[in-house]
Amino acid sequence: MNNEATGRQTIVSIEDLEVSFSTDAGAIKAVDRVSLSVAAGEVLAIVGESGSGKTVTAKSILGLLPETATARGAIVLSSRDGGSRGTRATNDVISLSKRQLRGIRGTDVSMVFQEPSTALNPVYTVGWQIAEGLRAHGKLSRAEAKAKAIDILRRVGIPDPETRVNYYPHQFSGGQKQRVVIAQALVLDPGLIVADEPTTALDVTVQAEILDLLRRCRDEFGTAIVLITHNMGVVADLADRVAVMYQGTVVEEADAVTLFAHPQNDYTKKLLASVPHIGQGALQTAERASGRAEAWQDAKPVVVAKDLRIEYPGRFGRGGFVAVDGVDFEIRAGEVLGLVGESGSGKTTIGRAIGGLTKVTGGSLQVLDHEMNGIRERVFKKVRSDIGFVFQDPASSFNPLLTIAECVAEPLVVHGRARDPRAARARVDELLEAVQLPKSYGDRYPHELSGGQRQRASLARALALEPSLLIADEPTSALDVSVQARVLELFAELQREFGFAALFISHDLAVVDLLADRIAVLYKGKLVEEGTGAEVLGAPKHPYTQRLLASLPVPDPVEQAERREALRALRAAERV
Amino acid sequence: MSAPTAPVARAARAPRRTLLSRLPVVHQLGQSVGLQRGMLVAGLIITGVFVICALFAQLIAPYGFAQLRDENGQFGAQLEPSAQHIWGTTVGGYDVFSRVIWGAQTALEVMIVAIILSIFLGVFLGLVSGYFGGWLDRILVVLADAIYAFPSLLLAIVMSIVISGGQSNLYGGILAAAISITVVYIPQYFRVIRSETVRIKGEAFVESAKVIGASNARIMVRHVLRNSTRTLPLIFTLNASEAVLTLAGLGFLGFGIEPTAAAEWGFDLNKSLSDVTSGIWWTAVFPGLAIVLSVLGVTLVGESLNDLADPRLRGRRAVTAAGGAVAATSVVPGGTLEAGPAGITGLEGTSS
Repeated sequence: MNNEATGRQTIVSIEDLEVSFSTDAGAIKAVDRVSLSVAAGEVLAIVGESGSGKTVTAKSILGLLPETATARGAIVLSSRDGGSRGTRATNDVISLSKRQLRGIRGTDVSMVFQEPSTALNPVYTVGWQIAEGLRAHGKLSRAEAKAKAIDILRRVGIPDPETRVNYYPHQFSGGQKQRVVIAQALVLDPGLIVADEPTTALDVTVQAEILDLLRRCRDEFGTAIVLITHNMGVVADLADRVAVMYQGTVVEEADAVTLFAHPQNDYTKKLLASVPHIGQGALQTAERASGRAEAWQDAKPVVVAKDLRIEYPGRFGRGGFVAVDGVDFEIRAGEVLGLVGESGSGKTTIGRAIGGLTKVTGGSLQVLDHEMNGIRERVFKKVRSDIGFVFQDPASSFNPLLTIAECVAEPLVVHGRARDPRAARARVDELLEAVQLPKSYGDRYPHELSGGQRQRASLARALALEPSLLIADEPTSALDVSVQARVLELFAELQREFGFAALFISHDLAVVDLLADRIAVLYKGKLVEEGTGAEVLGAPKHPYTQRLLASLPVPDPVEQAERREALRALRAAERV
Repeated sequence: MSAPTAPVARAARAPRRTLLSRLPVVHQLGQSVGLQRGMLVAGLIITGVFVICALFAQLIAPYGFAQLRDENGQFGAQLEPSAQHIWGTTVGGYDVFSRVIWGAQTALEVMIVAIILSIFLGVFLGLVSGYFGGWLDRILVVLADAIYAFPSLLLAIVMSIVISGGQSNLYGGILAAAISITVVYIPQYFRVIRSETVRIKGEAFVESAKVIGASNARIMVRHVLRNSTRTLPLIFTLNASEAVLTLAGLGFLGFGIEPTAAAEWGFDLNKSLSDVTSGIWWTAVFPGLAIVLSVLGVTLVGESLNDLADPRLRGRRAVTAAGGAVAATSVVPGGTLEAGPAGITGLEGTSS
């Protein structure tokens, strides 16, 4: 969309921006001659994977670069006031002093952060925090500032703002906190909002609401938005124009519909191809199901949960927190059960209970013929060699002081299959080969591997003892989408080869659909729906599953617009 | 296995650091720039001189610490600095320069004994308390807090009386200082290691060791302890300087080491009190400087190590605008992840 053609005013234009960082390893260039512009009332999405320079580009619009960075180029930001009629005054952010920068932040450009729970100060009320911005930029009495804060909270959809304005951040839910952060950004009516991954930390149903709110910011407030994200579904949902960044440069820029329909650049094509869609997994699932023996259904399951309850002890004088509330499920040998749910639904707790990391407090959970309710660690230790565990965060799941080979050898050494890591090296090499890592990577330290490589090494470690059950707790949620695609592919391959049963925990329906034979949906500690992928995702019965499915943004702007309407109808129906 | 994708050249490996550059202090020296480097270098030089004096006191000092006469007879008391006695002599007739050099040896001994006594016990208790938690942890934390309230010098005086009945000899004095420092410093090691242990206990790699079935002892030693020693160098140096100060304080108060048993700066300072008023400066200045410099040197090293260990406090050279190369950060098709099955045959010539 050309600015001249639409006659809209340019809010910010970035010309030949270059940013370099000083690191221990010398200078690193993060942004390499990037030129972009955003018009009034437009949403520009900057898409890219971690390290592509998208956040640095966006933060430099606010002059928020750390001291170790140096920037060159121009970021011309138009000012909301001060210019003569018709034309706005402009500032070059890079050449502004710190004092001048303070002047434009909040009034001309403001920011919405990724993690709403850390972007708000826990010891002040949200009203105070919104008023803080107001009072920094003008003389307002306490009462006036508060009135404005109430007004803006109402406009971002916080119910009962007169009371809520005096609440502290912890009294809001995650989605509401993000609304407060957006209110904080909007209160001075800036021409531009920079939203850095505004929905990454939120559940998908909440994400849909926040995206709706951001769309309203554009339509009702006329605010231009720079949206930074790695989620192609979010881009398809909200963006008017998309800039794809790769290794510090913009490789492609087009309006959203064109980009998704006809990507030009190779990188963009690959990026779009690696986004998982719902329905991709149906074929594989059917194939696997047909390959199974007749008696498979009658064989003894690997994991059986009956009325499983897990309660975390509360603080003194308060009741405990029930994380899992009467859940029944089974995992049969060689089967992948996908466990889907939002944060707090208890899915991770179930995984940890099966791995013996969390105590079962009620009901029955049988893992490999051992009753987990009241089991002793000494008894369970032998069973552990039959259970593999893949953790969510590849960055912290390896001891940073041990080499990859030593880490992968750990289970072999602990269970006496090898005397020391060196003796286990041959087996470690085999395992690394199985997860498609070169043998020489065994001598590297975890920080020398990328996230995807680390997660593969994590798989190698989990499979070292050839377990009959693997628990994967969000193994791909910390990974970029193209890396995720490779790791999922590998997971499916290994599952075929080793034939282990697996509990695959994820918040992403599309990811679970790719791998799982059956899908179980958890909602607030209860199992609301269970069935094959086709059953659960094709014809969801429970309203929560329907809403979850409808909230998932698809990477196609046209289809996503339709889905948005469907979701709106669904929500309206629920309210009645 | 999937069909091999196109082989990709292996990314250049970051050069492995040599053993020398990975040693604690040497590594930080290489990292530092500007003022932080100046502080570290100054600290290292002062500490180096101190250690050399202590180790080679016999060679450096012209006389023994208890020597009162040479072949020319008695030295004489309170002599001004001269060619014979470059820093003069004390009221008791000892050579000041020799006693300052020999004093370094005593100070170093106290440091070593104090650190050895407190570090093992403190680290062990911290590890156990942080890892297991529960009632043991609560008791130990309360105990540690109680010990904080103890004035270390008072404790040292009590110790010196208990150990040697007030009659200070070399080992009595050293042990009194060292043990009082130990008692005060065990809680510090304990606290630091405990908090690190509590933090690391929650990390995924500890949990992954647990699900593997590793024993508690193995997890504690292999996974927790090795990752929780980052801040030890700082307390280590503070501990050392505190030990020197306590020894000097003991000596100054008259609970130090007899001049015939060993040279001790605090004792010499005490004896020079009356000299100061009568214009005899050399007997007080040199031992006093020795105390100040040895403590300063060790503390400087500790402080700089602390700053350098934290990436947020670590100073860096400024880069030119638009300098540096774009790092291969992305892991997209065509990037590092392509080292798949093709990578194994393609990259490793020796593999089958």
